[in-house]
Amino acid sequence: MKEVKNLICITCPKGCEAAVWTEEGEVKLKGKICKKGKSYLEQEFREPRRTLTTTVITRDSRLKRFPVRTSGPIPKNDLFRAMEVLSSVEVRPPVKASDVIVRDLLRTGVDVIACDDLLD
Amino acid sequence: MVQKTHIDLAIIGAGPAGLAAAVEAKRLGLKDLVVFDRDEKPGGILRQCIHAGFGLEKFREELTGPEYAHRYLKLAEAEGVDFALDTTVLEMDQNRVLTVVSAQAGLRQYECGSIILAMGCRERPRGAIGIPGTRPAGIFTAGQAQRLINIEGYVPGRTVVVLGSGDIGLIMARRLTLEGAQVKAVAEILPYPSGLVRNVVQCLHDFDIPLLLGHTVAEVHGDRRVEGVTLVRVDDRWNPVQGTEQRMDCDTLLLSVGLIPENELSRSAGVAMDSRTGGAYVNDFFETSLPGVFSCGNVLHVNDLVDNVSSEGESAAHGAYLRVKGRMPDRMSMVPIEADETIGQIVPHRVSGQNDTTLHIRVKRPMKKVTLRVGDGFEKKLPYARPSEMIWVTVPKAVFRAASGPVMVRCEGR
Repeated sequence: MKEVKNLICITCPKGCEAAVWTEEGEVKLKGKICKKGKSYLEQEFREPRRTLTTTVITRDSRLKRFPVRTSGPIPKNDLFRAMEVLSSVEVRPPVKASDVIVRDLLRTGVDVIACDDLLD
Repeated sequence: MVQKTHIDLAIIGAGPAGLAAAVEAKRLGLKDLVVFDRDEKPGGILRQCIHAGFGLEKFREELTGPEYAHRYLKLAEAEGVDFALDTTVLEMDQNRVLTVVSAQAGLRQYECGSIILAMGCRERPRGAIGIPGTRPAGIFTAGQAQRLINIEGYVPGRTVVVLGSGDIGLIMARRLTLEGAQVKAVAEILPYPSGLVRNVVQCLHDFDIPLLLGHTVAEVHGDRRVEGVTLVRVDDRWNPVQGTEQRMDCDTLLLSVGLIPENELSRSAGVAMDSRTGGAYVNDFFETSLPGVFSCGNVLHVNDLVDNVSSEGESAAHGAYLRVKGRMPDRMSMVPIEADETIGQIVPHRVSGQNDTTLHIRVKRPMKKVTLRVGDGFEKKLPYARPSEMIWVTVPKAVFRAASGPVMVRCEGR
């Protein structure tokens, strides 16, 4: 039984639609999709990944929350577990934008990094 | 006696438009400038927009809001831009005198060679759309909820219905879901989503949040706190369809029902306003009807990409430079831009014809296979046009120079 997913390409604002499935290990597409969109949809079909952006708690700062993000996309299925991990992370000044806040989040090989300076 | 200082350029607002304007003005050689902002930190709305999607044009990489603001702040620091923070501009008069107030310095006045208005926009509140029902706690605008979660650190509810599919509403549906709330539905009165496709996919589809197109809130339930809403389908004239009511229990209703440029200062100074954009009438140098007063970013018209807001800030700085140097072309020699009923809004409203000029256009309804015509001499084909995506089209100066009267802009398509 082949599984067909109807996906929308978000590589550009146009939002093209395609049906995507696998045949003998190869990803097949039905729809008018450009080259860039094709590689996005193949990845999206095999293993969707997302960059997570959220905030963590601050200590010793006027600011209450501090913005962070994953340094690259992580598997979509890990998003809620990642939020769980980050719910207990705290940062203290000084922090510089791009500093690593959590190394190798959930063994994804992706770090969580600072989106701003925290200097008080 | 109120202290009065002369400066070459005042920029009101330290968000993306104001920051870009300040950096560009410094680079052009306008050294004597001050950026005013009522917040404690520059960055404007970017500070609470912690999601990614900013900077693809300006920095060739995808940044979060705070990262984008941080980049511009570093540029501003390098150029030695002066900020007056925690400072509110109370009044602007037609002679370009600003009255400002702050807790540290009290009341001050500035006589300004030029002023760049970069105050951004505000959310349309509930009162403006008139939802029937009670008035309990638990109704927030989407941006207000965004500030509560991302800056103040409070999640405003556990079960949520979002009214309106603007980008902030979609982004908050995802944000609330990640923070553990249950978003039951996003209701949109229009037959198509108001936000970008990317946000519909990554904020709603990713988390199986239903998008109810052609729906609105018919009633709010609850006494002290929201207990639920009644959603109803609407016909093509936005009238409720009897018998389609469904009650949805929730403790929070978020409104993402549009943005309004914040122009109290502009109006009080007598700047002429365009009722379609909600912002000032401007020429191709972003100068308003008051000579020496410029407008850019979301206070001029609501943009969908921050990179474009920054570009407008830069153009306004260039205009302010020309004005300070006495090289601004005479406005009476400029060609008026007019639009037919296919166009929702357009900026600028007058063009000098000195340079090729970028028109910023929103169409009135979604169209496919579009031909955009400017005057008699210019057309551009587009695969599609949607009200949610502002069209930037650069028109050669010859089109404006050849015009003997107003230049008409119109859109044809299916």
